[in-house]
Amino acid sequence: MGRINLKNLEKSYGKTKVIHDLSIDINEGELIVIVGPSGCGKSTLLRMVAGLEDINSGSILIDNKIVNELEPMERNIAMVFQNYALYPHMTVFENMSYGLKILKIPKNEISSRVQNAAEILELGELLKRKPSQLSGGQRQRVAMGRAIVRDPVAFLFDEPLSNLDAKLRVQMRLEIKKLQKQLKTTSLYVTHDQVEAMTLADRMVVMNEGNVEHVGTPLEVYTKPKTLFTAQFIGSPAMNILKGKCQSNQIKLSSGATLKANSKYNGEVNVGLRPEDFTIDEKGTIKLKVELVELIGANTLIHGRLENSNEILVASIAGVISDSKIGNHINLSFNETKLHLFDINSDQRIN
Amino acid sequence: MIEKKKSGYWLSHVGLCLGVIFIFFPVWLAFVGSTVTQEDIMQPPFPVLPGSHLIENYKYALFNIAPDGYYSLPVPVLKMLFNSLIMALGITIGKLIISLLSAFAFVYFKFPLRKTFFWLIFLTLMLPVEVRIVPTYEVVANLGLLNSYAGLIFPLIASATATFLFRQFFLTVPNEMVEAARMDGATPMQFFRDILIPISKTNIAALFVILFVYGFNQYLWPLLITTSSDMQTIVMGLKFMIPTGDDYGHWPTIFSTAMLAMLPPVVIVIAMQKFFVKGLLESDK
Repeated sequence: MGRINLKNLEKSYGKTKVIHDLSIDINEGELIVIVGPSGCGKSTLLRMVAGLEDINSGSILIDNKIVNELEPMERNIAMVFQNYALYPHMTVFENMSYGLKILKIPKNEISSRVQNAAEILELGELLKRKPSQLSGGQRQRVAMGRAIVRDPVAFLFDEPLSNLDAKLRVQMRLEIKKLQKQLKTTSLYVTHDQVEAMTLADRMVVMNEGNVEHVGTPLEVYTKPKTLFTAQFIGSPAMNILKGKCQSNQIKLSSGATLKANSKYNGEVNVGLRPEDFTIDEKGTIKLKVELVELIGANTLIHGRLENSNEILVASIAGVISDSKIGNHINLSFNETKLHLFDINSDQRIN
Repeated sequence: MIEKKKSGYWLSHVGLCLGVIFIFFPVWLAFVGSTVTQEDIMQPPFPVLPGSHLIENYKYALFNIAPDGYYSLPVPVLKMLFNSLIMALGITIGKLIISLLSAFAFVYFKFPLRKTFFWLIFLTLMLPVEVRIVPTYEVVANLGLLNSYAGLIFPLIASATATFLFRQFFLTVPNEMVEAARMDGATPMQFFRDILIPISKTNIAALFVILFVYGFNQYLWPLLITTSSDMQTIVMGLKFMIPTGDDYGHWPTIFSTAMLAMLPPVVIVIAMQKFFVKGLLESDK
């Protein structure tokens, strides 16, 4: 129960295409996080799966059954909305049981299911309250409770944590993860927050302008991004992208520095260097004019421009390093095993 | 609000008190008039303190229980009150149902010419009963609805104001609420009944008050389509009692009727005041 296959999905509003020929296979019990910048079509995709948006072409299969034409309820999936969308005039109990009431499920079963969900979510004492008497985190939990009681084949989460404050967000993130592991229900989770994506996902889908850029485990996406977009989108501070030339296993950056590369490719490339893969090294070939130093505590961010090419570069060095030690110029070396190379035309990964 | 000066505070209170006296004095005189005899009224000066004939006067007006020497009333006020109540409630409830449903359709459904229809309805705001009274009379007469409650109620039911008000309110309901209901498997009418109506409660209450008073105070339309005295409403009946020309009416009865005519709207306003203010001010979502 809970296999979802998206096959060649397309969606357009008038003449603007928002989803381009998109296919993803989601396994039973998997937590898939769809991440991307705002306007990339990730919410539209989720709403298409939910049945709240029509599909222009392609098909959605749930447990090998095409559900394109089915009403949201008939697809037997539940959704948690960004603004919770609780019914303000109903108590927590009524909110959670409304869907079951419509399904004409016997009263004693409804109350046992709601009690059960309330126990899982620690909502037991709040069942008689109205949503206006709840805090943000509690409302979020009720919204999840409403999804759980239906015992659906899949949960859809539409940026469920974006209305919470930072501390609560971290806590709820953990709770969602725990809950999902406990219930083993297939879940699709949409967010624009890469930390949420990295921590929650079994596999993540990086989307950009209606296209899937990369599908993979968080680690894969981080260490071997398939495209330039993924490389820049995932990771904070973002990956440095420099112009370079690749020839006989060596890369010559436009600033003049050279790096060893394990690639047979010949010609111009975009070179991706993660800020944390730099180390301060007097013999390092990467020469940086320092513009700004930020102390974050666990590490130090050095912002600057490369000599000769004037390209902007950010390096993240572990530990606290004082300004005086850095000075105006600094030499850096790079961990060459962690090099990312991208084609300059197709933006696809080369190495 | 922060008051800066004490004197301003007292001044505004004095102003308000004067206003209340100004408004309330005629009502007081009418009340006094309903507690005295015809002779007391006919001899100047007009009494300012209540007399001892209250029960007698109201009994006569309401139930047509005439004291010696009084002639029998053509219609007792009780019957008029009943007619007025039926008409006012019919108009109010009818207007609420129709406007809730049409606002629901306009906000949540896509159908051809939706905008056009909405503006057509909106245009009827400029056509109150008085303007369209002749054609409306013709229609009602042809339908054989003269001298009936249906004839009193139906032509006044269609309401652009209420439709517009509910439309504006529905537009503020977050779209996610609709989607959540769809995910819960609610049909459009279930959504309407279980979610939309309950969250419009305060608006409905506020409109109920306004529309009830509007319906109760109708004069021209009932005057036109009721010829039988059985169907008289209290506002009309009151007008008929007031003497014209050389005639002199029975003033204690007239004053009693006036007081009785005031009663239902006052009761409704007082009973629903809390919701009324809430509905006009608050948008609680």
